[in-house]
Amino acid sequence: MSGLVMPPSDAGVLQRRDEIVAALRAIVPGEGVISDEAEMRVYETDGLTAYRQVPFVVVLPETVDQVARVLRYCHNNGVKVVPRGAGTSLSGGALPLADGVLMSMMKFNRVLDIDFDNRVAVVQPGVTNLGITRAVEHRGFYYAPDPSSQIACSIGGNVAENAGGVHCLKYGLTTNNVLGVELVTIEGEVIRIGGRHLDAEGYDLLGLVVGSEGMLGVVTEVTVRLLKQPDTARAILIGFPTNDDAGKCVADVIGAGIIPGGMEMMDRPAIHAAEDFVHAGYPLDVEALLIVELDGPKAEVDHLLERVGAIAKANNAAHIRVSETEAERLSFWAGRKAAFPAVGRISPDYMCMDGTIPRKALPHVLTRMQEMAASYGLGVANVFHAGDGNLHPLILYDANIPGDLDKAEDFGADILRLCVEVGGVLTGEHGVGVEKRDLMGEMFTDIDMDHQIRVKCAFDAKQLLNPGKVFPTLNSCAELGRMHVHKGQMPFPDIPRF
Amino acid sequence: MTDRFKPTDEKDVEALVAYALGEETPLELWSGGTKRSIGRPPQTEYGVDLSALSGIVDYDPAELVLTARAATPLAEIEKLLDDNGQMLAFEPADLGPLLGEAADKGTLAGLYGTNFAGSRRLQAGAVRDHALGIRAVSGRGEIFKSGGRVMKNVTGYDLTKGLAGSWGTLAVLTELTFKTLPKPETATTLVVHGLNPETAAIAMAAAMGSSSEVSGAAHLPADVARGFGVDGLGEGATVMRLEGFGPSVEARAGMLAEVLRPFGLAERLDTPTTATLWRAIGAVKPFAANTSLPLWRISVAPTDGPAVVAAVIGAAEGAKAFFDWAGGLVWLMLPGPDPMADTVRGAVAEAQGGHATLIRADAGTRAAVPVFQPQPAALANLARRLKDQFDPAGILNPGRMGG
Repeated sequence: MSGLVMPPSDAGVLQRRDEIVAALRAIVPGEGVISDEAEMRVYETDGLTAYRQVPFVVVLPETVDQVARVLRYCHNNGVKVVPRGAGTSLSGGALPLADGVLMSMMKFNRVLDIDFDNRVAVVQPGVTNLGITRAVEHRGFYYAPDPSSQIACSIGGNVAENAGGVHCLKYGLTTNNVLGVELVTIEGEVIRIGGRHLDAEGYDLLGLVVGSEGMLGVVTEVTVRLLKQPDTARAILIGFPTNDDAGKCVADVIGAGIIPGGMEMMDRPAIHAAEDFVHAGYPLDVEALLIVELDGPKAEVDHLLERVGAIAKANNAAHIRVSETEAERLSFWAGRKAAFPAVGRISPDYMCMDGTIPRKALPHVLTRMQEMAASYGLGVANVFHAGDGNLHPLILYDANIPGDLDKAEDFGADILRLCVEVGGVLTGEHGVGVEKRDLMGEMFTDIDMDHQIRVKCAFDAKQLLNPGKVFPTLNSCAELGRMHVHKGQMPFPDIPRF
Repeated sequence: MTDRFKPTDEKDVEALVAYALGEETPLELWSGGTKRSIGRPPQTEYGVDLSALSGIVDYDPAELVLTARAATPLAEIEKLLDDNGQMLAFEPADLGPLLGEAADKGTLAGLYGTNFAGSRRLQAGAVRDHALGIRAVSGRGEIFKSGGRVMKNVTGYDLTKGLAGSWGTLAVLTELTFKTLPKPETATTLVVHGLNPETAAIAMAAAMGSSSEVSGAAHLPADVARGFGVDGLGEGATVMRLEGFGPSVEARAGMLAEVLRPFGLAERLDTPTTATLWRAIGAVKPFAANTSLPLWRISVAPTDGPAVVAAVIGAAEGAKAFFDWAGGLVWLMLPGPDPMADTVRGAVAEAQGGHATLIRADAGTRAAVPVFQPQPAALANLARRLKDQFDPAGILNPGRMGG
């Protein structure tokens, strides 16, 4: 770990550990409280394994009442709480604290209700993303957002991180597919926002909670929108001699009014790594590979495949293959889906970055990344959600070489700065967590960030929920609350009256 | 109201809010003003006409992104998008005439501030789902931004969504960035005649649960159907819209007709008639004829819509309603001046969650009856704390949302 500063531990809390553990055991009986260091070690990191911290104590509540009582206790006693789902966060969003209760929601693993007539499912937060689809697919429905970790990640974690995936170009992120939540505040109040109806009343607290990285409350129930599976899905694999051609093709497809179900791109290093690993049949003599998936009724898919093929040809495509069978479609995706582990085979270590850029900046950003890679002396492979400009550069390094990790981190930060410089953002779907926390200033002024922290203050004035994430410095709510206004001291505005 | 200001840029807005803070004097904000009559009438000394903060800042069709100053008229935006074969997919509705105002006066900020999406909401999402970024001045007199100009963004808290539908009570919006989408190449509407609301809801659920990708589903009972200005709907019509590429729409129309067969033979409306009908549904056209009668906008689970309406009509003879969003959005007009808030909200309380907003009533009624759905204490406290954080002195549209 290089230079990550977490909030200072509360010495008083650390000293009162036995008392706090006993109080938690009184609320969550049996094996619901884990305090043995060896047993807690499995919780010391999430998907971002560069950062580790054994938690203060782990609690696994089973009922909403237990969640509320634990949070109320922590609130009354000034104890920090880190909520956690499956722990697949790639930005350190669920990194434990040395003086914080780690609240695992994995015992909340039931599908509570499936309402096909209203096309919603009500589930507990520990249900996996894929588990929702599994529960409804017998009637031809599915839950659209599909992060790569969907077999393991929990829907509660998806809500915290506003997770995305390949389908999000057409069907939106988590925030666009969640209709309601039950949430327990740090004060132990149980509130419901939204539900089976559209657009919650009052302020859009649901919009604030989704993507708030576990800092506003603990979600105990989620109502998601279900979609009907498209009748047909076919993919087209297109190889290009240059990144510019591929980038232009992406723009032209969208410019033609076509929003594919998925549109993914890989650069030369990623293509080679993936092909060596899964033998998907990718062409190896191209600089960029595009996979475009079209879904819908057969007539529509056939029609659009033809149009996309024509657009590809007009952009100098060197290889075009359309999937003729379901097995072939899946083989196109097999390489893309295995791209991360495939890159893992060609480099001792890699760091997966996540930034979003305007699509038109794609060729420029790819070129700049190769230049930076050369100057850092590190490799970089790219797989990304081309349709929505969400990049996943994989920085290749060797942790056994002294200084390599630091170089990789610096290179990663430079890439994210480049994303912001061309009009993009620091993270498209992984969240800020601890990983990108110290880069927030690249995108936001202090005043911008203060307004976000004010939301935190409305929900959690003592700042006990998952502190140290998202914001480089969490100004105290009392300090942020001051307003320096004195009657008569403001300049009279020179603004037209009428 | 004694004084009205007309700021011309963001700096003016910042100075104005700072001035109001210094004076401890609240502001009423409006841009097009078409929805000023919704909510509790604010009691303010000063009015702020934001209409000069107008104009498209940047539009990049290939990126599907448009940035405009807050008070840019929607008519201007929609014209520009239309010229480029694009649209705002949540289907903005022109509610001006419904509220006794002129048509085509609505602005982008008004749309965002209310989060009132049109018929395509059930497929394409709400206004807030298409908002990518904002610039605003909070009630603290500070300029801030949130979000960006890209489709996928989880950098920090999503204030861009959090401020949607806040009716100008948290911040004064100065600039907005929206996602745009390609306009469908063609559209058609399938019509089934003579269903009652309960059966219509079942038919619409079947249609929405099929893979025919319905982009609008409404039930127009006989007593309001003629008011939409499309011939042949008189005996009551359940209407479902399909949009997209030509071959796709044809294929899906066949699929949908099969799904609807148990409910009756489906007629087809052509593309221009489809456009006329759905514009009228979005504008709540039958209820714009008499702007003095109280009108409710109710959101419930789609299958609960008919029961809510039946309960109100049972208690108020002459009440009229129709259903959008496959039954989940109910527009309900009462026959006399009494908005019957307890009856309406009682009916909503019987459903599996939902809310009712009194969209139209005279100022006296709006001062006396909660216009927005009252919230449980814990939720209301949270909302109040959010308001206190963004507008601690309570100077932005005080009271409009209640409280």
